[in-house]
Amino acid sequence: MFTKRHLAGLAVFTAAAISLSACASTPAAPTDVDAKTATNAEAFGGIDALVAAAQAEGQLNVIALPDNWANYGEIKALFEEKYDIVVNSADPDISSAEEITAADNLKGQDTAPDVFDLGTAVTLDSLDYFAPYQVTNWEEIPEGNKEATGLYVNDYTGSMSIGYDSNSVPEPTSLDDLLKPEYKGAVALNGDPTQAGAAFAAIGLATVQSGGTLDDFTPGVEFFEKLNDAGNFIPVNATGATIAAGETKVVFDWSYNNLAAAATVDGWKVVTLPGTVYTSYYNQAINIDAPHPAAARLWQEFLYSPEAQNLFIKGGAYPVTLEAMNAAGTTDEEAIAAIGNLDGETVTSTDEQAANGATLLAEKWAAAIG
Amino acid sequence: MRGVARYAGLTPFALYVLIFLAIPTTLAVTTGFFAEDGSFTWNNITGLFTPTILSTFASSFWVSAVTAIIGAIVGALVCYALLGTRPDGALRTIVDSLASVLAQFGGVMLAFAFIATIGLQGLATLFIKNQLGIDIYSESFWLYQVPGLLLPYIYFQVPLMVITFMPALQGLKSQWAEANATLGGTKFTYWTRIAAPVLAPSFFGSLLLLFANAFSSYATAAALISQGAQIVPLQIRAALVSETVLGRENMAGALALGMIVVMVIVMWGYSVLQSRTSRWQR
Repeated sequence: MFTKRHLAGLAVFTAAAISLSACASTPAAPTDVDAKTATNAEAFGGIDALVAAAQAEGQLNVIALPDNWANYGEIKALFEEKYDIVVNSADPDISSAEEITAADNLKGQDTAPDVFDLGTAVTLDSLDYFAPYQVTNWEEIPEGNKEATGLYVNDYTGSMSIGYDSNSVPEPTSLDDLLKPEYKGAVALNGDPTQAGAAFAAIGLATVQSGGTLDDFTPGVEFFEKLNDAGNFIPVNATGATIAAGETKVVFDWSYNNLAAAATVDGWKVVTLPGTVYTSYYNQAINIDAPHPAAARLWQEFLYSPEAQNLFIKGGAYPVTLEAMNAAGTTDEEAIAAIGNLDGETVTSTDEQAANGATLLAEKWAAAIG
Repeated sequence: MRGVARYAGLTPFALYVLIFLAIPTTLAVTTGFFAEDGSFTWNNITGLFTPTILSTFASSFWVSAVTAIIGAIVGALVCYALLGTRPDGALRTIVDSLASVLAQFGGVMLAFAFIATIGLQGLATLFIKNQLGIDIYSESFWLYQVPGLLLPYIYFQVPLMVITFMPALQGLKSQWAEANATLGGTKFTYWTRIAAPVLAPSFFGSLLLLFANAFSSYATAAALISQGAQIVPLQIRAALVSETVLGRENMAGALALGMIVVMVIVMWGYSVLQSRTSRWQR
């Protein structure tokens, strides 16, 4: 592990040195820049040169970005419109782990993903796949939300929320409310917590809301066991379709997903339980073998610009530069008012807590809801 | 030279099997013997014997066994009923072709057909609830759990039995029945002393085929069951795609090896029984 890190550090240093020296010798010719090793826009000779280089590539391959997830549909469309670059969106519904598999399988082909949007566990497990890059407004991203060299950077978070069909069930005001008979056969998760990050976070929320800590997910698992015993938990994978069909009347999911459902399904409302709020950032990273390296870097610049960050808010997610935007007055006040500021104590699983939680779930989950 | 020529015609098929079956299987299974960093390990194989994995093998086994037995018995009865129809008649032809189609009607389509019909908000579910006042999900949400696999699996097992067992039944020669009658046998002695022993290898062979068919089914279960990964193919999916429990990709290879061992035993039994059956079908 140590040597690996050293090597990575060395590689980053060399990459930086090469790009810097390339910059020094031919400052006026951005086309000479090896986009694959550029760690900031300056390496291209400024943001305009980066745009030119990206437009010369003409395409950007993104993966696992559903249109209705954190408003990615609008974000992709704006990028296409603004830079006249075609966004190829592959496999929108796959998991973070499958993004890395796709990068492996498609390595060297021009259909390989250029950029990733990954959950934290997979991110930390896949550092060898990333190329470091620091966006122009690097300073606006809080220290704890980025890898120092820019290998990966947090982009947005949701809070774990409860969506419910207000036409058929009452509003839940506490976790224990959900155990009541009014919610019989109603409560669902977005995926299996031993496989999907959103469902895992729901167990995390149930844990902290039951008075536990993220060091031990047992209270969360026990809550769902009680929910299952009460006949209130249904083993159906909640999607926009199951919500629209009325199959899943109460759904634990990220606030941005539940808000997306609220926008299309009549009567769908979203609550965030009072007390501790569970959040988890997703991470942006550039594929080290990106077939369109300049476009991949421009995508990063774009995503962290206030324009795209505000689109995340519109989609119900909290972007990572929110504080800096609030200070600069660039936040879309109307959009943030619609989803509400993150109040109360927020918690996120550390790597170790996530690993322990995953081990526990792998052992206990199937039995708890069986 | 002639010996070589005799096998030359097999080459395209052999190559096909090699490239699309043998090599991928070998590659997949060998991953089970390596750790993530590429070093050799027994951990994935010993991981097969943890209680969680053993219980998924047990669930896979009982689902396959139950649906194979029900499928075989119901399918055999359908075949017996068809014996009474004219071999070239319309009914026989229709049932034959229906069986061929339905035996392949598995996977996601079948799962959604069941969800739309008897799912939580399914057509039949709501009809029964509103008209008859019976909630078929009052006890548990069985369609989305392991017991829910039984109905869809039987749905494709019965037609498969009809396809595989019908030729054996047709192979029963009328002379045998006549001989039995001439020697003073009853209908009962004909079925117990002649037909049953002749049909037994074929019946059990088909039963094993049905078992293997259910054991290796993935798509139907994947579309129905979203919580828990209680059968082996779903465990393989979990090991490959999970974004919360990481580093189990190679466990998938070990699970596949476990399934192959079960399948080899079953198919070996099938071929033994087949060779016995073919004696009577000459």
